[in-house]
Amino acid sequence: MLSLERRAVDSRAMQWASPLLALILTIITGMGIFMALGKDPVEGLTFFFLTPLSDKHGWAELGLKMAPLLLCAAGLTICYRAKLWNIGAEGHFLMGALWASAAALQFSDQSGPWVLPLVLIAGMVAGAAWALLAGLLKTQFHCNEILTTIMLNYIALNLLLYAVHGPLKDPYGFGFPQSEMFAASALLPKLIPDTRLHIGLLFGLLAAVAVGVLFARTFVGFQLKVLGQDERAAAFAGFPAKRLTLLAFILAGGLAGLAGASEVTGPLGQLVPQVSPGYGYTAIIVVFLGRMQAVGIVLAAALLALTFMGGEMLQIAMALPKAITGLFQGLLLFYLLTCDAFIHYRIRIRRAPKAVAGEA
Amino acid sequence: MATAQRLKLENIVKEYPGCRANDGVQLTVNAGEIHALLGENGAGKSTLMKVIYGVIQPDAGSITWNGHPLTLQGPAHARELGIGMVFQHFSLFETLTVAENIALSLPADQARDRRKLEARISEVSEHYGMALDPRRYVNSLSIGERQRVEIVRCLIQESSLLILDEPTSVLTPQEVETLFRTLRQLSHEGCSILFISHKLQEVRDLCHRATVLRQGRVTGECNPAEVSTDDIARMMVGNETPLSTQVEPREPGEVLLNVRELNYRTSDPFGTSLQALSMSLRAGEIVGIAGVAGNGQDELLRALSGEALVSNDSITLNGVAIGQAKPAVRRRLGVAVVPEERLGRGAVPSMSLVDNSLLTAYGEGMVNTGWVAMGKVRDYASRIVEAFGVRTASIDSHAASLSGGNLQKFIIGREAMQQPKLLVASHPTWGVDVGSAVAIHEALVRLRDEGAAVLLISEDLDELFQLCGRMGAICAGRLSPLVNTSELTIERLGQWMAGDFPSAAPSEVSHAVA
Repeated sequence: MLSLERRAVDSRAMQWASPLLALILTIITGMGIFMALGKDPVEGLTFFFLTPLSDKHGWAELGLKMAPLLLCAAGLTICYRAKLWNIGAEGHFLMGALWASAAALQFSDQSGPWVLPLVLIAGMVAGAAWALLAGLLKTQFHCNEILTTIMLNYIALNLLLYAVHGPLKDPYGFGFPQSEMFAASALLPKLIPDTRLHIGLLFGLLAAVAVGVLFARTFVGFQLKVLGQDERAAAFAGFPAKRLTLLAFILAGGLAGLAGASEVTGPLGQLVPQVSPGYGYTAIIVVFLGRMQAVGIVLAAALLALTFMGGEMLQIAMALPKAITGLFQGLLLFYLLTCDAFIHYRIRIRRAPKAVAGEA
Repeated sequence: MATAQRLKLENIVKEYPGCRANDGVQLTVNAGEIHALLGENGAGKSTLMKVIYGVIQPDAGSITWNGHPLTLQGPAHARELGIGMVFQHFSLFETLTVAENIALSLPADQARDRRKLEARISEVSEHYGMALDPRRYVNSLSIGERQRVEIVRCLIQESSLLILDEPTSVLTPQEVETLFRTLRQLSHEGCSILFISHKLQEVRDLCHRATVLRQGRVTGECNPAEVSTDDIARMMVGNETPLSTQVEPREPGEVLLNVRELNYRTSDPFGTSLQALSMSLRAGEIVGIAGVAGNGQDELLRALSGEALVSNDSITLNGVAIGQAKPAVRRRLGVAVVPEERLGRGAVPSMSLVDNSLLTAYGEGMVNTGWVAMGKVRDYASRIVEAFGVRTASIDSHAASLSGGNLQKFIIGREAMQQPKLLVASHPTWGVDVGSAVAIHEALVRLRDEGAAVLLISEDLDELFQLCGRMGAICAGRLSPLVNTSELTIERLGQWMAGDFPSAAPSEVSHAVA
């Protein structure tokens, strides 16, 4: 008989083996899916994981997609370490993109070096304010943040759609729901010429490092960790739970807002309805896959960025639907959560207990 | 005494991941015998009890019941055979009556006729001197009365072996006397009793025989009336540990803490509100507050620590009103607190001792404009471990990996090394091994000698009488007068614990109604 048995001590090896195991299981399941669809599994995996990175442009695109994932994931890490289950990075991201666009269009006739920072700050403030809303609902009215942040995501999306169909719509855009192109002064500088890769990737890497330092070295980070692991101890030590909660939401919102701002001022150069292919949701997987650690998050962001590119590649090369990206991401998270159980538990094979003879 | 063997356990082994809770335990209980099972927390008493009551199956070993070998299928099977158990935490429904609660554990045919059952309850409870009204609702009963319900429930099922798990820990001294009379009567009538405790004096007063456990093994068997408590304690803890602290009396200094007319309404439906509580503490004295658990001790601790805010003037420290001050502010003013819960309040279970040092000692120069000076924190943690003899693999071990006693030494050390002016400690030695308890007592006395005021909230009367210069009791959120320990008898303290004290100002110690 197999049984799950709680480990006396959590397994450190499993802590890091679990993401790798999840990846292997995802790949095996992926092969099964390719076969079920009547495609060659090896060819499918090659298109998904290897072909996108076969040249310089591929790598640049990888960095391009890592940037928003890193920024969102860094912010979410702050919340998740404090056990605040903020699912709203997508909404923060969209609000950041929306208000950064509004600012960029406002300054479209300006060319000073102050325009870009102002545009980015507008995005951060908008994202932070959107997150603060969920934070206040939690601290003041004890609203569950999972529900409020998900609902706020839809509100943010609809506000953005309203803007591109209404006030921010390009009057000369042949009726397409999109804004004017931004002026050059509102665009992020390129990191590598001839590619789309911009300095947003540096923001992302910096954010990952900053979050690492926050939790390793600062007292605020320590207080957030205590709040997450033991609310009663935090109250006993006198840590300000409400202020810490709001701070975590503001930081998460600000970083996701910056991601949104970087997206419209980087590769897009204008506001469009499909500004995010779900970066805010994918970032949740990045955080868990990356074990809430700086290095882990960078690696996980690279892998998840690759799933976006692999999905596109499969659409083109094998005529598979776009949903393949979501499928792989979902499988990965599913297997990760399953494998994580073995951090705390182990499987034990036990025989039925020896019967002691007799009855009174 | 009858010599027929009622219960015999041989070579009981029960293993949990990472620990062998029972390691070849032998135990025999004769008919009509009151048998004590002694041991410190973690010695394997609870595991053994669960084996006898059929809650868990042993990995190896045999059980013989009235001469027949036996495999217990579960608690229902055990009850059927006549094994009754009174748990430390009662399993009663508060919204049901006494009779309804008892009916729930009976076979359907006996439970159906309620009038007959009520008559039987009255009969049994009167016979054993445990007055009990079968129609009262459990929520209106005192803790002592609830325990009676549990015992009567076992007796109605005609138990011939009654297991009592630390039955006296929730009772006042007077209630303990009543319980013991009942137990002696039961024993005369042939019922065997397995009495689990770590209070040695009680065991000597009550029990015919004692089996002592240490680390899952039987370390001795004796007639407790014939050996000294020190001898029994030795069997419980081994030879290395000292058994108690010598406390020299000391003259206290100036008044440090003043609590005046402290009222605190708790929002917790199971909490106890504090009513007009007044006291004062001087520098260099240990003041004790006795009381049965749940009478406002935790609320008092929270009001003093700042976890609960109260009217500003009702608490002053060195003349400064701090009733509205947050915990961090109070810490800066020299208040240190050791809460009742070690894991999950006093320390974060999943964090290392290093991080747990930072938890409350952050004021000791460990934080520099928001940056944590890790070197200083590690140094502080090492010094606690060294100075207070905390047994741990390293300072990077999780708090949850330490034994209760070692973690408590760590927490006391963490608070004491901040050189507080006032230390409030709640049940500091609850569930702690004797060796650690001695170390903790020494730390409290050392703090006192260095001029701190110590408020000791405890259920352990021996501890209070040993350490405190002055003491009183808390009951239903009201505080009795605090008097010199040398002038206080255990009988009067017992009355106070039951709420029988004048409600006038605490300075009046004139009369206590008998």
